[in-house]
Amino acid sequence: MAYSIQGKTGAWEVVIGLEVHAQVVSKSKLFSGAATEFGAEPNTQVSLVDAAMPGMLPVINARCVEQAVRTGLGLNAKINLTSTFERKNYFYPDLPFGYQISQYLHPVVGEGVMTLDMPDGTTRDVGIERLHLEQDAGKSLHDQDPNRTFIDLNRAGVALMEIVSKPDLRSPEEAGAYVRKMRTILRYLDTCDGNMEQGSLRCDVNVSVRKAGEGLRTRCEIKNVNSVRFVMQAIEIEAERQVELYESGGSVIQETRLYDPDRGETRPMRSKEEAHDYRYFPDPDLLPLALDQAYVDRLRAALPELPDAKKARFRVLYGLSPADATQLTAERELAAYFETVAEGRDAKIAANWTLQELTAMLNKRGLTITESPVSAQQLGALIGLISDNTISGRIAKDVFEEMVETGGDPVKIVDAKGLRQITDTGAIEAAVDKVIAENPAQAEQYRSGDQKVTGWFVGQIMKATGGKANPKMVNELLKKKLGG
Amino acid sequence: MALDIATVRRIARLARIRVPEEELPVMAEELSRIMDWIEQLNAVDTSNVAPMTSVADMRPHQREDAVTDGGVPEKVLANATDRVGNFFTVPKVVE
Amino acid sequence: MSDALTHLTIAEARDGLAAKKFSAVELAHAHIAAMEAMRDLNAFVTETPEIALERAGQSDARHGAGSAASAMDGIPVAVKDLFCTEGVQTTASSHMLEGFVPTYESTVTANLRKAGAVMLGKTNMDEFAMGSANITSYFGPVKNPWRLNDGKDRVPGGSSGGSAAAVAARMAICATGSDTGGSIRQPAAFCGLVGLKPTYGRCSRWGMVAFASSLDQAGPMTRSVRDAAIMLQSMAGFDPKDSTVVNEPLPNFEAAMAGSIKGLKVGIPIEYRIDGMSSEIEKLWQTGIDWLKDAGAEPVEVTLPHTKDALATYYIVAPAEASSNLARYDGVRYGLRVSADDLTDMYEQTRAAGFGREVRRRILIGTYVLSAGYYDAYYVKAQKVRALIAQEFAEAFKKADVLLTPTAPFPAFAIGEKMDDPVQMYINDVFTVPASLAGLPAMSVPAGLSADGLPLGLHLIGKPFDEATLLRVGQAVEQAANFTALPQLLGKA
Ligand SMILES: [Mg+2]
Ligand SMILES: [Zn+2]
Repeated sequence: MAYSIQGKTGAWEVVIGLEVHAQVVSKSKLFSGAATEFGAEPNTQVSLVDAAMPGMLPVINARCVEQAVRTGLGLNAKINLTSTFERKNYFYPDLPFGYQISQYLHPVVGEGVMTLDMPDGTTRDVGIERLHLEQDAGKSLHDQDPNRTFIDLNRAGVALMEIVSKPDLRSPEEAGAYVRKMRTILRYLDTCDGNMEQGSLRCDVNVSVRKAGEGLRTRCEIKNVNSVRFVMQAIEIEAERQVELYESGGSVIQETRLYDPDRGETRPMRSKEEAHDYRYFPDPDLLPLALDQAYVDRLRAALPELPDAKKARFRVLYGLSPADATQLTAERELAAYFETVAEGRDAKIAANWTLQELTAMLNKRGLTITESPVSAQQLGALIGLISDNTISGRIAKDVFEEMVETGGDPVKIVDAKGLRQITDTGAIEAAVDKVIAENPAQAEQYRSGDQKVTGWFVGQIMKATGGKANPKMVNELLKKKLGG
Repeated sequence: MALDIATVRRIARLARIRVPEEELPVMAEELSRIMDWIEQLNAVDTSNVAPMTSVADMRPHQREDAVTDGGVPEKVLANATDRVGNFFTVPKVVE
Repeated sequence: MSDALTHLTIAEARDGLAAKKFSAVELAHAHIAAMEAMRDLNAFVTETPEIALERAGQSDARHGAGSAASAMDGIPVAVKDLFCTEGVQTTASSHMLEGFVPTYESTVTANLRKAGAVMLGKTNMDEFAMGSANITSYFGPVKNPWRLNDGKDRVPGGSSGGSAAAVAARMAICATGSDTGGSIRQPAAFCGLVGLKPTYGRCSRWGMVAFASSLDQAGPMTRSVRDAAIMLQSMAGFDPKDSTVVNEPLPNFEAAMAGSIKGLKVGIPIEYRIDGMSSEIEKLWQTGIDWLKDAGAEPVEVTLPHTKDALATYYIVAPAEASSNLARYDGVRYGLRVSADDLTDMYEQTRAAGFGREVRRRILIGTYVLSAGYYDAYYVKAQKVRALIAQEFAEAFKKADVLLTPTAPFPAFAIGEKMDDPVQMYINDVFTVPASLAGLPAMSVPAGLSADGLPLGLHLIGKPFDEATLLRVGQAVEQAANFTALPQLLGKA
C-alpha cells in the first residue's frame, strides 16, 4: 500500500529527493594540509589556505579524489574521467574565500543506483543523480556574545561528498531507508564515518506533493536535517503543510526551510531569504581533474564486499531470511562478528543470538559491536554448547549473562557452575518418578485427559534438577510414565 | 545603455560593495560604456569552439593525504581586526 | 663609486662581487641611498633598508666563504608590493590591505631570497594590479624618471610601475613584476627596461596577491636581456603549492641565450597594424624587423585574425576572475574593516572604502558577466574567443619561432591624461593582452626613443616554455638597438 496523504480533496502523493553531504574520511583537507579531526580548539586546524590569505592557492588531496571515486563505484555509478571544480560565489563569514570550491557542471561521479532494504524485507531501487566533491564551510557561533558572531574555520575546507538522489522516493519510510543504506555503504567503504550527531552526514530533503498522475509540483528544500528520525518526521510535516496550503487555495513557493523538531514544524530560513546568484565558473586556480580508466579499475578491484553482495551471500550461504540478512549486513563489523559466530555452527541459531540477545545487550549498555564484552569466538562457543546438548537454550541465556559480566569463557562457566545438562536417563527417570509420586492429584488430572498439566510437570522436574535436565528427555519420560 | 540603475544596484549588492544611490547613474553609465565596447565580441563566430578551460596543458599535481599544515592559530589570526580568543568575529548574524 | 654601483647590470654586479671589487653591503648602501634620494618618484610603498643590509651582510659572508648561492647572491632587488613578504607589509597598493603584514613569504620571493637576492623594499603599483599607468594606487601615482621639458610628469606604465621606475631610476638593479595583461611589459617599455612575462605556469603564483588567476604571471624587470635570464632562473620553478605550475626542470636560461639567431623565423602578425598606432611606433617595428633580418633571421608574415577581439575578451575574463578572487577582502580575517552593527553593512562599507574606483568598477563588471542570465553571453563567449586566440597562436607558431610586435601603441603619457575614459586606458594593453590570454611567454626590449625622447619597446612573443628563444632573439634586438639612453632625471648618458 503506497504512502499517501489524505486531504479534503483526496489522496496526495509525496515526492522526495535527498541531498546527502558526507564528510570524506581523510587525514587532511580537500585543498590544504590542515587536519580534519573533530572537536579541536578553534582555528587550530586552519592553514593559511583555509583562511583565504592573499595569494593562497588550493592543491587537491589525492585521497579525497580516491574516496569520491570509490563511493561512486559503491553506488554503481558512472565515474567521469574528466571533471571540473567551479567556484560557487557568495558572502558568508564562515566562507573565507567568498566562494566555495565545488563541482557543478561536471561532477566526478554521474548517475548510479542504490537498492533500499525496506523493513518488511522487500527492496526498491533509487536513482543517484550525481556525486561531487566540495569544501565544507567553517562554523559560526551565534550564542557566545551579545553583539558578535564568532568564527571558527577548523571545518573550512574539509572535503565533503554531496550525493544527490533522483526524486524517486515516495514515503518517509523510503527516505529513512535511503539514509540508512547510504550510511551503510559509506561506512563499508570507509569513505565517511556516517556520524550524524557530529555532522559527518547531513541531509537536505526536497519535498513536494502531487495528485496521482501529475507532473512535479514546486518543491521545498529542508536544510541540514541531522538524524534519520528527523528526516522522516520533517517529510511528513512538510508534506502535510503543502497539502493544506494547496487545499486552502494557496500555493507552495520554492524556498529553503528549516525543520524544528521541538515545535514539530518546518519554517523558512531567514538567512537564505535573499535570492542567490552564485555566479558559478570554473576555478582558474585548479586545472580540470583528469583520471585514467586504469586508476578507476584499480580502485574498483580493491573495493570491499559491499552490503548488497554480502546480504545475497548470507542468504544463500546461511539460509537467512531477507530481514535477518539485511540486519546482519547493516554494519560491516556486525556482519564480520556474525560470520565468526556462525563458522561451523548452526547459522540460524547464530543469527538469532547475534540479532537478539547480543544486540539487546549492546543496546542496553550503549555499546557498539566492536565494544562487545562477549567476543564472537565466545558467543560461537556458547552456541556450540547448545548444539551439542551440553546446555539447554535456557541455561545458555544465564551463561551468556555471566559471560557479559565476567568476560569469561562459556565452557568454564558451565563447568564451574555445574550447568551441564543431565542426559542420564536414570537420573531424569528418578526425578520424574519423584515428582509424579508427590503430586497424585495432578497426575490424575492428566490421566483423566487434561494434558494441560504437562507444562506444570515439566516445570517441577526442571526445578528439581536445577534446570539441567534435558527438556526433550523430560518430556518423553513424563509422557511414558503418566500415560503408562 | 547596457546596464540600467536597477542592474547596477543588484550587482553591487551581489559584490557587497556599497554604491550610494546618488552614484548609481554615473556608475551605470561608466559600466555601460565598457559593456557596449565589449559587445563587439558578439560578432565573433564561436559556434564550433569549446571554451578555454585551462591555459596550461597539464595534469595538476595532487597532494598526498598528510597533515602538513595548520596548528598555527597565531599566524592565522595575526592580522584580524577583531578577535576574541582564537575566534574571528563579525557583527551578530541572525540565522 | 656609489653612483657607479647603481648603474651595474646583474651580470656586472655578480662579476664584481665574485672578484671582490665591492661588497654586497656596499652595493646595498648605494641603492638604499638612491632609493632615499628619489622618494619623489613614489616608487616604493615600503622601504626595507634594514632587511637589505642584513641580507647583504649574509651575502658577503657567503661570498667570503666562496659559497655564493647563485648569480643573484647579493643583488639588490625591488619587490612589487603584490608579493607577500613575511613580516613586511604587503598592500597591493590598496587601502584594503594597508597595514597587512603577511606571516608567510611568496614562493617567488622565497626563491629569490634562497638565491641570495637582497630585498630593498616593496614597490608601488596599480591597486591589485588593475591598471596600465600606476595611477590607481591608493598610495598615489608613481612618476616615470623619463620626463620631457614640459613640466608634466609621465606615468611609468602599470601595473608594475613602481618596479619599473625603481629599476629605471637606478634605485634597484632589478625588480619583480607581475603581468596579467601586460603589467610587466608595458611599464618596461615606458621606462626603457627589459620586462619578461614567462609562460603561464613557469613561476609559482603562491603568495602573490591574485588579480586574475588564469593570467597572472610573475617575471623579471631588468636593464638587460641577460639580466632577465639570470633573474628568471631564480624566480621560476615547480612549486607543489600551486596546481598550475609545470613540473619540469628549468633550462639554464643564461646559457640558452648563447648562439646566433640565424635561420630563425620571426613572425610578423599583420593584424597588429592597428588604427591609431603612432607612425614612430610603426617605424620602430619595421626597424626591429630589419635588425633581426640583419642578424640572420627570416621575417615571415603570420595572421592572428582575432587580435582585435583580445582586449574585449580580456576585459571579461580578468574582471570575472578578479570579482571572485577579491571576495576574500571582507574585513573578517585581515585588512580594512569598517565597523557596522549589521554584517551586510560591514561587508558593503568595508569593500566600498577599501577598494579604489577602478577596482570597484572591475569587480562590478566581473560580477555582472558571471551573473545569472549573462554568464553564457559574456563569460563563456569570452572563453571561446580566448580558445580561438590560443589556437591562432599555435597555428602561427607552426610558421614562426617567435613573433615580433610593438609593446605599446604609444609612449608614456602624462599623469592625468587618458583618465576620463576607462576604455581609452585599456588600449594600452592592446599588443600585450593576446599573449597573456594564450599563456605565452613574451618580453619587451627597449628599442629606441620617441622623437621627443621617451623610451619605446619592441615586443617578442614565444612558444610555450620557450623563454630561451625569446631571450636569444631579445638579445639580438638589444644589441642592434644599442639602447644606452638614461632617464632625463639621471642626466644624459
Ligand atoms: Mg543542497
Ligand atoms: Zn553541497
